[in-house]
Amino acid sequence: MRARPALALTAATALTALATLAACGGSGDDGAETATLTVFAAASLTEAFTEIGDRFEAEHDGVTVEFNFAASSDLAAQITEGAPADVFASADQKHMDKVIETGAAADPRPFALNQLVIAVPEGNPDGVTALPDLAGLDFAACAPEVPCGAAAQTAVDASGADLTPVTYEADVKSTLQKLTLGEVDAALVYRTDAIAAQDEVDAVEFPESATAVNTYPIAALADAPEPDLAAAFTAYVLGDDAWTVLETAGFQRP
Amino acid sequence: MPAKRTRQRRRVPAALLAPAVVGLAFLILPLAGLLARAPWTELPARLAEPAMLDALRLSLVTATLATALSLLFGVPIAWLLARGDFPGRSLLRALVTVPLVLPPVVGGVALLLVFGRSGLIGSWLHERFDVTIPFSTTAVVLAMTFVSMPFLIVAVEGALRGADVRFEEAAATLGAGRWTVFTRVTLPMIAPGVLAGAVLCWARALGEFGATITFAGNFPGRTQTMPLAVYLALQSDLEAAIVLSLILLAVSVAVLASLRERWTTVA
Repeated sequence: MRARPALALTAATALTALATLAACGGSGDDGAETATLTVFAAASLTEAFTEIGDRFEAEHDGVTVEFNFAASSDLAAQITEGAPADVFASADQKHMDKVIETGAAADPRPFALNQLVIAVPEGNPDGVTALPDLAGLDFAACAPEVPCGAAAQTAVDASGADLTPVTYEADVKSTLQKLTLGEVDAALVYRTDAIAAQDEVDAVEFPESATAVNTYPIAALADAPEPDLAAAFTAYVLGDDAWTVLETAGFQRP
Repeated sequence: MPAKRTRQRRRVPAALLAPAVVGLAFLILPLAGLLARAPWTELPARLAEPAMLDALRLSLVTATLATALSLLFGVPIAWLLARGDFPGRSLLRALVTVPLVLPPVVGGVALLLVFGRSGLIGSWLHERFDVTIPFSTTAVVLAMTFVSMPFLIVAVEGALRGADVRFEEAAATLGAGRWTVFTRVTLPMIAPGVLAGAVLCWARALGEFGATITFAGNFPGRTQTMPLAVYLALQSDLEAAIVLSLILLAVSVAVLASLRERWTTVA
């Protein structure tokens, strides 16, 4: 029973997983080999990590992966204020560094890259092909305080165009929502968010986005209630199986 | 008077006092937590920030406008609910309280679906008059009114139900018209209830976040109210967010205290 899920894993992960399951079996009574792994992940990872979580659960009997998806800045604040989490996956290095500074995490590993695109309504009615085309249009962007907004500002600065969005949204999902609700003509969002909403929006790539590539680091947390599972999940996210999910979602490999 | 008051104070039953003290501690402790974490040295610098002052001014102006709109429309609604005699009144009362239970963010989306550029009414406004409500200060006021008017309605309706109808009937018997009865008899009788409702409404509007950021977006000087500024400050700087919250708290308490002073001296 305990050995079966490990077969599908790489050798390193298998050892960690076995150690985890053994630890669970040792601490609980018979039939109590259940554990819940709490993962705090950036909002832009919602679709990919939900899928990765399902796959991880399928390979680990009795393990439930629970996610808290929110802006990386919110998550970093929650972790430094003592929220009981096992793993932190941030949308940028800055917020991971904040968590590391307080000693709540160590040894972050980059697992994905993400770039901005211009999301436009399906069929691109305004014919947007580049960043300067946004002049004269109503567009939404993230606030500079959050990673997608910092990236948007860098990209806009690099283009030299004088662009001001009608709204600085608090996170990337609400930025995209303004477009899908038809309230703006375009939105600066991550490629992954545009792909997740591809039934409703088209993604226009633009060269300046290369100046603002976000690196997503992941780390197990120092005070993780399930330290072994946390390590196993982190290793899994860095592995090839998880990469196929991340790639489909539109991420690039670091 | 003072002697009577002390006598009453001594008579507070322990069965009331104990839960009251626990409840007060529960309400006040989070504020104490904020005060304990506040970086007081940063306060002067924050107070001088033009962005902060813009957000504070916008918050005070929009919350006051929302309260005025709520009074204008909410008092008549409360009268209908308390005194009106028509089928479906209890259903209407339930519908009026929907914004109270609706998560504000959902309220914001609902407002977009009606007043947004492609919304039910908004699309017509946009095509016919080239008026776009989202991302404007008007949207902030509408979002605040939507979430805070029910507080006023509930308070005023309660006051109307508690008021003695016989005074209104007597006035009517003496020849006063319905409007005169309302303005000269009903309104003065329920004034404390209206004021209490307006205060609740204003306070709720001032703290409004979810519906505002969803419906009005976030643009400094135009739609960024204090709660939005606090939320965004929280993204990068916890201390700054605490300072901003305390400024908002201090200003609102000062406004309410000064109003209260005025009412009690007038009454």
